[in-house]
Amino acid sequence: MKELKTHAGFPIAPAYGPEDLAGVDFERDIGRPGEYPFTRGIHKHMYRERLWTMRQYIGFGTPEETNERFKYLMAHGQDALNVAFDLPTQLGLDSDDPKAEGEVGRVGMAVDTLADMEAAFAGIPLDRVSVSLTINGMAAPITAMYYAVAEKQGAAPERVVTTPQNDILKEFIARGTWIYPVDPSLRLVADLIEFSARRYPRSNPVSVCGYHIREAGCTTAQEMAYGLAIAAAYVELMLTRGMAVDDFAPRISFNFTAWGKIFEEVAKFRAGRRLYARMLRERFGASNPRSWMFRSLIGGGGSAFAVQEPENNIVRGAYIALAGALAGAQTMALPTYDEAYTIPSPKAQLIALRTMQICAEESGAADTADPLAGSYYVEALTTAMEKQIVDELGRVERMGGIVEAVKSGAIQAEVARQAYLYEQRMATGEVPKVAVNCHVGDQPVEADRDVELYSFDPRTTEAQLAKLARIRAQRDNGVVNATLDRLTDEARGRQNLLEPIMEAVKAYATLGEMAQAMRRVFGEHQEAVKL
Amino acid sequence: MRVLIAKPGLDGHDRGAKVVAHALRDAGIEVIYSGLKRTPAEIVQEAVQEDVDVVGLSILSGAHLLLARRVLDGLRAQDASDIAVVVGGTIPPRDVEPLKELGVRDVFPMGTPLPEIVKAFRRAERQGSREGGEG
Repeated sequence: MKELKTHAGFPIAPAYGPEDLAGVDFERDIGRPGEYPFTRGIHKHMYRERLWTMRQYIGFGTPEETNERFKYLMAHGQDALNVAFDLPTQLGLDSDDPKAEGEVGRVGMAVDTLADMEAAFAGIPLDRVSVSLTINGMAAPITAMYYAVAEKQGAAPERVVTTPQNDILKEFIARGTWIYPVDPSLRLVADLIEFSARRYPRSNPVSVCGYHIREAGCTTAQEMAYGLAIAAAYVELMLTRGMAVDDFAPRISFNFTAWGKIFEEVAKFRAGRRLYARMLRERFGASNPRSWMFRSLIGGGGSAFAVQEPENNIVRGAYIALAGALAGAQTMALPTYDEAYTIPSPKAQLIALRTMQICAEESGAADTADPLAGSYYVEALTTAMEKQIVDELGRVERMGGIVEAVKSGAIQAEVARQAYLYEQRMATGEVPKVAVNCHVGDQPVEADRDVELYSFDPRTTEAQLAKLARIRAQRDNGVVNATLDRLTDEARGRQNLLEPIMEAVKAYATLGEMAQAMRRVFGEHQEAVKL
Repeated sequence: MRVLIAKPGLDGHDRGAKVVAHALRDAGIEVIYSGLKRTPAEIVQEAVQEDVDVVGLSILSGAHLLLARRVLDGLRAQDASDIAVVVGGTIPPRDVEPLKELGVRDVFPMGTPLPEIVKAFRRAERQGSREGGEG
């Protein structure tokens, strides 16, 4: 019989029985939905009371174009937004910066000033719609812009629900949109968490992402272990600032992937919830049950998909949605079937949204909480996964902790090593992928052109540059410079930088100017390149 | 044989670049990896300084036509057109020919098997122009 392994690397038996649950204590380890340690989910009735939020990731071109797509998806039943920003925005470069050439509006929408965020959310009431902002190194200024737009709309701060990603550690590990060195970058993360906890009580000022690290190549157990280690690092950071754990922990959220083997994915989340609850309660002494809850966006990653026969990705997306539902997602986002080719078409986005809706409304996966609980297989996998995650956490500790491992590049090197191992397992067929390494069709990839390709319009850049020039000419540059000088000054000290950032935002300082005002003090990160 | 794997532009996705670098190294090729966010000028300078046979550009942002052109122009300006340039990443099929017309030796769109990539690098090795032979 063929040997099979999980993505985490441990063997899968051909059958499981009661003997595989030895040592599992039902009350202690599994419990009930909505109760500590939340193995079975964070809510008592899960989707019977509230379905997961459907939140496709979208943004391209100018804020005006993105605003139209937001409205298109909302008209089809999407209830929340997840904003993609272009690379210059993510890296704190204005659209007219020479380094931004060719990248303006390319992988997300371009933002230079508050005027762009006003245009992106025109006609979208920010006291009713919840919005995720996929922004990290520039999370503080972009979120400040968001708060300023909400204020201009007249939204009460306690009704503003936004989730800036603000997880810089995973950017150093996997996604690469770092700007400043690790320590000042962490300070900005903490500044935004602190400011939001005090002023915007329903915002989720950090979304800890295992997702991107998994996309970069790590295993399922590592995805959860690194995510938990990063969350712990942020908790410690806030505690050293003198905040009480229950003042911010209830608003920590997560973003993880669920592609791959469905039961392993479900086990990963069940084990992760249990470990997180115990960590917050036992290690950090949190007493508010909301602080113990691992609230997560569960989505898929483009790496689940294949470029060959792209329509097959629609089917893969449906399995990801099923895994996410069975795993207890609070929010879901799916990659689109055309993702390997292009910026998603409206049709591909709608199919992804419909996939989640079919899973929610038709499949029965949302009918009862944690339907796989008590399965010999899933409970045994949950125990095995927990052990593996704990082992990986131990390895991170031996690297000096997650922050040190990021600075030295050790964790990046481990993720790259796993990516290469995975590639080899694909090459040998150990990890099967239909139409890629098994059941391969006779059509070359080039023939799969039945995908509507997004045409990048150079006029997008021109429009964005013209708008930026207009704002620079219209604003009071004396005021702008004063706010930027204040930002530089306060960056030298230890004050929370959100106040001076907010001031600069409202004066229509550009993102590039604010980034530069801090760069003067913080310098730039030098990557520890290790292969 | 010696190659430079480089990430031009702002895109921070380096999984592909690192996997290819590992595969080339396992094939006995000396690999230098630039790290993220290098400008075309920096890549040209490093390629010339390190006297590599091939520059492999990994680009997932969609800006591949512009960035490849900048690197090729830079190499020409340095009289180093004998250094081959290959490109991998999220390259839509329709952009493969335009890249080759610019002077890119080989293009590896999504889904290209690693052994094919390694073979293409081998093909691009310069003939007898350097001392020291295999690195």
